Amino acid sequence: MSFAVLLTIKVLAVLGLMIGGALVVIFAELKIGAHMQNRMGPYFAGGRFGWAQPLADGLKFMQKEDLVPDGADERVYKLAPYVVLMGTVGVFVVLPLSPRFVARDLDLGAFYALAISSLTTLGVLMAGWSSNNKYSLIGGLRAAAQLIAYELPLVLAVVAVAIQAGTLSISGIIEAQAVPVFTIGELNVALPYILTGQIIGFAIFFIASIAELSRIPFDMPIAESELTMGFVTEYSSIRFTMFFLAEYAGMLSMSALATAFYLGGYQLPGLSSTAIEVLGPVIFISKVFLLSFVFIWLRWTLPRFREDQLQSLAWRWLIPAALLNIAITATFKVVF
Amino acid sequence: MSNYFGDYVTVAVFLLIGAVVVGGGVFAARMLQPNNPTKLKSQVYECGIEPIGSGWSQSHVRYYIFALLFLIFDVEAIFIFPWAVNLETFANAGFGVLILIEMFIFIGILVLGLVYAVRKGVLKWE
Repeated sequence: MSFAVLLTIKVLAVLGLMIGGALVVIFAELKIGAHMQNRMGPYFAGGRFGWAQPLADGLKFMQKEDLVPDGADERVYKLAPYVVLMGTVGVFVVLPLSPRFVARDLDLGAFYALAISSLTTLGVLMAGWSSNNKYSLIGGLRAAAQLIAYELPLVLAVVAVAIQAGTLSISGIIEAQAVPVFTIGELNVALPYILTGQIIGFAIFFIASIAELSRIPFDMPIAESELTMGFVTEYSSIRFTMFFLAEYAGMLSMSALATAFYLGGYQLPGLSSTAIEVLGPVIFISKVFLLSFVFIWLRWTLPRFREDQLQSLAWRWLIPAALLNIAITATFKVVF
Repeated sequence: MSNYFGDYVTVAVFLLIGAVVVGGGVFAARMLQPNNPTKLKSQVYECGIEPIGSGWSQSHVRYYIFALLFLIFDVEAIFIFPWAVNLETFANAGFGVLILIEMFIFIGILVLGLVYAVRKGVLKWE
């Protein structure tokens, strides 16, 4: 097949997975949150379980008037959602669902994914600054402060994975987790990195990715009780929806990255490589939804941190722990 | 298309698609939404009362020391990545311990700076 046709198929597949997955996660958030608080959650739209609620919400948002506040920097204000969603979609290029089901396996995959997902913060800062609103401005500045806190633990945790795998390509990292650790009789057992030395790295990566997504307990840029809605205060209609979509698609992509780095991606211990060819996407997506569930679970369980508490957590605990993790991983790699 | 350019083209197309999703959404919403701006509607939100002063109010950027530290460590991270990927190759060639000690010295100097900052108390927001 020609490159252009293949690329079109990939784009459509990724868009379908991203938007479909985001709708599922939004619905899961509504429903799981409701049940954790002992209430019903959505039950009206789309029959008994209210499954059409996210779609109905989206349609409702689209019917609202698109407002630009007085004195706002209109061009930047309108550009911000574009930047945010570009950063979000960009990550999906390197996420492999199975050994062959990947948009593009870049050599620098892991590095690229971390870099491009930071683009979202730029969009958030643009939104916060251009709104001509004090709440938005503080929200945007807090998002920038948050980047300073979470970016390093996130990157340094991935460095340890890169050491262990010897590559930055995400497919390569997943394949490295298919190397058998031990054998039981005839069966070769390969374990994911979370079980072979990267458990601290996984914890650091996960905490940092909550901060990256600015979800509770690290949702200071939005902080409804302090800043109304943070950087999206002035947004309405479809532009607001795009920030919303980016948040949940970002949750999917961060879960997918954690799955690839630490949980073995599309691998499952004990399955043959032909089985993985077929079942790979199912395994990968199940793991992603499992991690997304943990994100939702934490959101409805923990109270919000303060910005300085996040800074102190990141700089005094996560970064030293991540550096130590690198040192230990490298020593093991060289000695054994 | 060659492998090399294929990478760039794929990434560029996906970034473009991200923008197209927003653009398409904005276009579709224009068909559905009313457009009737008034002075009151476009007023900046501030607790429901009339906003006081400009939205671009000044605030004390308290985290500038963190930002400086962040810059240093972020550059460090760029140096660490090539080392991390090539560690296996070097270890197989017999340079493992040497290259490990080199990186420990590099990280050690930066950690010293971090320890100094913590001891100085600049990482506390008071």
